Amino acid sequence: MSSQDFRALRLEAMSRDFGSLNALKGISLEVKRGEFIALLGPSGCGKSTALNCLAGLLPLSSGSIWLDDKRIDTLGPENRGFGMVFQNYALFPHMSVRKNIGFGLKMQRRPQDEIDRRVAEAMRLVRLGPQAEKLPGQLSGGQQQRVAIARAIVVEPPLVLMDEPLSNLDAKLRLEMRAEIRRIHNSLGCATIYVTHDQDEALSLADRIVVLRDGQMRQVGTPDELYGRPAHPDVAEFMGFRNVLPTTASFDGRLSVTLGPASLWATPVGEIAPGPATLAIRPEDLSPVMNGPIQASVLTAEYRGRDFYGVAVTAEGTELYFRAEHRVNPGEALTLSAEPARVLVYPA
Amino acid sequence: MNGLRATLARNGVDGVTLLLLPAALFIVALFIYPFLFGLVLSFQPKTGDWLANYARFFSDPFLYDTVGKTLKLAVPVTLLNVAFSVPVALRVRLMANPKLLTTILVIPITLGTVLVAEGMLNYFGPRGWLNRALLEIGLSDSPVHLIHNYWGVFLSLVITGFPFTFLLTLSYVTGIDPALEQAGAMLGARGWERFKLIILPLLLPGLAITFCLSFVQAFSVFPSAVLLGAPAGDTRVISVAAYTAAFEEYDYAMASAIAMIMGLVQVVIVAGTLGLQSLFYRGPAGGGKG
Repeated sequence: MSSQDFRALRLEAMSRDFGSLNALKGISLEVKRGEFIALLGPSGCGKSTALNCLAGLLPLSSGSIWLDDKRIDTLGPENRGFGMVFQNYALFPHMSVRKNIGFGLKMQRRPQDEIDRRVAEAMRLVRLGPQAEKLPGQLSGGQQQRVAIARAIVVEPPLVLMDEPLSNLDAKLRLEMRAEIRRIHNSLGCATIYVTHDQDEALSLADRIVVLRDGQMRQVGTPDELYGRPAHPDVAEFMGFRNVLPTTASFDGRLSVTLGPASLWATPVGEIAPGPATLAIRPEDLSPVMNGPIQASVLTAEYRGRDFYGVAVTAEGTELYFRAEHRVNPGEALTLSAEPARVLVYPA
Repeated sequence: MNGLRATLARNGVDGVTLLLLPAALFIVALFIYPFLFGLVLSFQPKTGDWLANYARFFSDPFLYDTVGKTLKLAVPVTLLNVAFSVPVALRVRLMANPKLLTTILVIPITLGTVLVAEGMLNYFGPRGWLNRALLEIGLSDSPVHLIHNYWGVFLSLVITGFPFTFLLTLSYVTGIDPALEQAGAMLGARGWERFKLIILPLLLPGLAITFCLSFVQAFSVFPSAVLLGAPAGDTRVISVAAYTAAFEEYDYAMASAIAMIMGLVQVVIVAGTLGLQSLFYRGPAGGGKG
């Protein structure tokens, strides 16, 4: 299967208001053919609104959407020709799996033998066994998911939209389907836009991640860029930096920041002036060492197999998430430290 | 003793089951007993053998014609109400604030048949607003006859029956996951195709039930058939025949027989509709395990 030829999908200042609420504020983005884009953000950040605007299920308040040189935001969903996988799959409950998958082709008035052939092909691609005559209600969650994907891709859309498609599956199936979705994307060559609130999913699936917060794009980048150097404390928090704290920055040849009475060497993200700033450290990068700069006592500790994740509190009452290689016990006094490269500092 | 209790509990019978008693008593006293009483009474005619009442009904055109006349009213009215309620319900579902429209649509239920009939007499009568307006404008040179005939009863059944039908249909329409229609649109289905291929098949079982309940209501039409119709002619419906037998001829046995026939016709239509229903898809109208 190959997708319709197009070079890029372009969003220009895409905005959507609900009454006085600006759910999307000027999203601009270019998606190339073959790209897998994850829209990542907490619930209420506008990611589903963005997807529905792309699909044509919600009209834009302002801005435009272009497929190459064709403006498409004025078209209804039935005229855009995009595929969509809904969060609850939205399979037609009264149609067999074969009819569900063939629905889009039937709407295109394709001959029956072509429909049969392409449905069979799509079912092979998503690895659905001999389920063609069953009703969706007779399938397991994972199988329904596969039908939903097959139904969306069988028409060979230029763009496939996925709205948290894995959120209804159990943890094991989620990992399995994650790999499947990437495999199917690779074999189609279409562009995929995938909405999720799970940064693991976004990091493992996407070529590029768009982090949304309050309807705005906070950062666009490869998983590497986002994971290693989030551009904003919000993004950092979403990327697993659980310690995001106010601090004071000072320069003494190199940047250092305070954490209570302690002082840490740090790495600036953006222009940092001496004075108030925000620091971000992952729990994995904050560990107990002999004579570390931060004195704290353990509040709780969780055993995770290879190591321990815990919360420690400093004398000033700041709670810090840390990781320890060896057992730590509540009440125990520790000194914590972090590598300067792993202590990111943002303008306050 | 314990064994019995455990066996009962396994079959779903325990102390809580006793709570069913008041309702069961109520049904026995107010439905089953009167029904059986009427059934027995219908076989005890004033004169003749035990089937005399039924024999009389089916030999007298003045009596057996009432079945056809009632069906001729009830079936088209119900079909019209059901057919009309679907687009309205589909529209109301999309409204941000459907309460006002729903309230307006439901008001006729609260008025009652007699009040509606009074209003219609004033409005549609030969000297009513409608006819005076039509004559004034010159759209018609003689008054349009919309009351004291078939159409008077028809209209009144539409006005009083529609809200009920609409509310039932609305509940079935809102039970259909809106994501299904969106999925249809994403796959290229236009409005009419989405309705025909997705909404209607999922709605049909509910519409069958709606039809049955609305039909039973329309079939037992009485006040409007008398007030707005021609109770000696076109709209001599079956309940009028039963009323005449009971309260003009004082033949309760005959009235019971007519009531039994009325019930039987209703059961036949309802059973037939529900039989058709088994041909449709029946299951959740939602999108899977979401």
